Amino acid sequence: MDNKGKKDRREFINTCFRFAAGATLVGVTGVLAHKTVSGNTLWQIDTTKCTQCGRCATSCVMTPSAVKCIHVYDMCGYCDLCGGYLRPNVKTITTGAENQLCPTGAIKRKYVEDPFFEYEIIEDLCIGCGKCVKGCGAFGNGSLQLQVSHNLCVNCNQCAIARDCPSGAFSRVPADEPYKFSGFKKEKKG
Amino acid sequence: MSEILKYISRTWNIKKLVAILSMFILFLTSGFPLFAQQQRFPKPEFESGYTQPVTSMPEARSDFFAIFDVLVLIVALSLISWLILKKRSRRGVLAVSVFSILYFGFFREGCICSVGSLQNVTLALFQPEYSIPISALAFFVIPLVYTLFFGRTFCAGVCPLGAIQDVLLLRPVTMKRWLQKVLGLIPYIYLGLSVLYAATATDFIICRYDPFVGIYRFDATFFMFAIGAIFLLLSIYVARPYCRFFCPYGVLLNWMSRFSKHHLTITPNKCIQCRLCEDSCPLGAINKPVPVKVMEDRQSATKRFISLSLIIPLLMVLGGWTLSNFHENLAKVNPKVRLANELMSFKPDVMLPSVEIEAFKSAGTPLTELYSQAAIIIEQFYIGAWILGAFLGLVFGLTLSSLSVFKYREDYTPDKGECVSCARCLKYCPVEK
Repeated sequence: MDNKGKKDRREFINTCFRFAAGATLVGVTGVLAHKTVSGNTLWQIDTTKCTQCGRCATSCVMTPSAVKCIHVYDMCGYCDLCGGYLRPNVKTITTGAENQLCPTGAIKRKYVEDPFFEYEIIEDLCIGCGKCVKGCGAFGNGSLQLQVSHNLCVNCNQCAIARDCPSGAFSRVPADEPYKFSGFKKEKKG
Repeated sequence: MSEILKYISRTWNIKKLVAILSMFILFLTSGFPLFAQQQRFPKPEFESGYTQPVTSMPEARSDFFAIFDVLVLIVALSLISWLILKKRSRRGVLAVSVFSILYFGFFREGCICSVGSLQNVTLALFQPEYSIPISALAFFVIPLVYTLFFGRTFCAGVCPLGAIQDVLLLRPVTMKRWLQKVLGLIPYIYLGLSVLYAATATDFIICRYDPFVGIYRFDATFFMFAIGAIFLLLSIYVARPYCRFFCPYGVLLNWMSRFSKHHLTITPNKCIQCRLCEDSCPLGAINKPVPVKVMEDRQSATKRFISLSLIIPLLMVLGGWTLSNFHENLAKVNPKVRLANELMSFKPDVMLPSVEIEAFKSAGTPLTELYSQAAIIIEQFYIGAWILGAFLGLVFGLTLSSLSVFKYREDYTPDKGECVSCARCLKYCPVEK
């Protein structure tokens, strides 16, 4: 009899706590419900803040990094003497390895017409170090820009590069506008 | 110079000359700070019919998959709860474990997971500008709701971190009770720290020190791989070392599970106290019957209650005071505080600026603004450290008190908080339905 009473009491306290826990969960969900974004958010670099420190190449959990140099052709001047392709103070303007700024040779230079050249990034070779981005931004139009390539990014809950980024250029962006190129002309989604 | 002159004389062309000269001048003036993203060289008008390639913008994984993950979570949770509570099948739990290792582990590469979503929820609660993805909220709430009804069935085989340790458990050893209790305090510390760091928007430490995600991705740093490998080797002998002695989400599930409505029972019918299941639990989560004579009498229980109600607040104040003395050390993890510290001790004439300092200077934010922001964050850490210390004091006190409480119990029952419903004990029970 006494034991039964004890059991009933235990059961009752248990139920009370269960309702309290349930109410807490509902409360938290309710508070956060209006703060949710329906779609996923993705990590992206704000190119106006980026200082091309080179950490994108080393901090990413992926090897090679999910950050790649992306060429915004609309902004490119198609220069012969390209600050992103050639090292500063090169003697000859050729495709020789000693003249190239890119440590992995990921930029392909192609003759278009006199005196213009097209520069194409080979994504598989690019490690996202940003050396070419720095060169292009300093001497040219800034058409080479570092961006998170979303087919490679695993979209970590806390981006490891964002943590190490000295200029705070990383932020979560809505999935329907996943790229943050800067410049005078934005390219339409192709 | 002569090189260029030669080059020009070889292929004389006005257009080319202008382009080269303008660039040459720019190279000479490269010492000056130049602003990026200026159209210094207008885009040429091509005469050869050249078509410009499209800028590559690879698409992200579709949003649909985020919802699909939530659906998979719900289905897996329902399935495993049914398998444990109705079918009482260990084999079924194993099958779901393998599935979640493959799907949530290797296929989804360990992100998104419920353990980490705890930080998203904290960040969303404390930082008004952060909006939480709906899938992260769902991954946080759904396992807790299931646990409130069915016990920790999420831990049993849906969580990819728990599942990988559970399937490796081949030679379980029993752990000393006191060691289990002491190590069992670590998750509370881990939970407190991760909430503190997430609430101050400093870092997601659970994700940073997740031992298995690097293994799931086949791409871990050596340090993280070593930690993951140690955990996996350990889990051959010690049941679920990460779940029991580190997992911060496990603390929340533990709380929920204590009040669960339909928790797993060892026997399908009435316990005959045959003691066959006594040593079957690799987690040591089976409560033995407590005979009436071990129960303490009313007088000593009252005395103990009074002394505990004095000790616990004392522990809380002590914990809060101790940790609040270390709030500046805790705050050093925050990048803004770290930068402010670095700038304060920076001597431009003898030291080379770090990448952070250079980036800060090029951004042109006033120094006072950074300092005031850092001061606000340190203040937040001071309050946070008090709360964290008090919380830890409460946990320590309650753990101490639970050592001396004997709840009257006739049968062998699973400890609702500790039990992860792995269903190993079920086959030891000879009683039929």
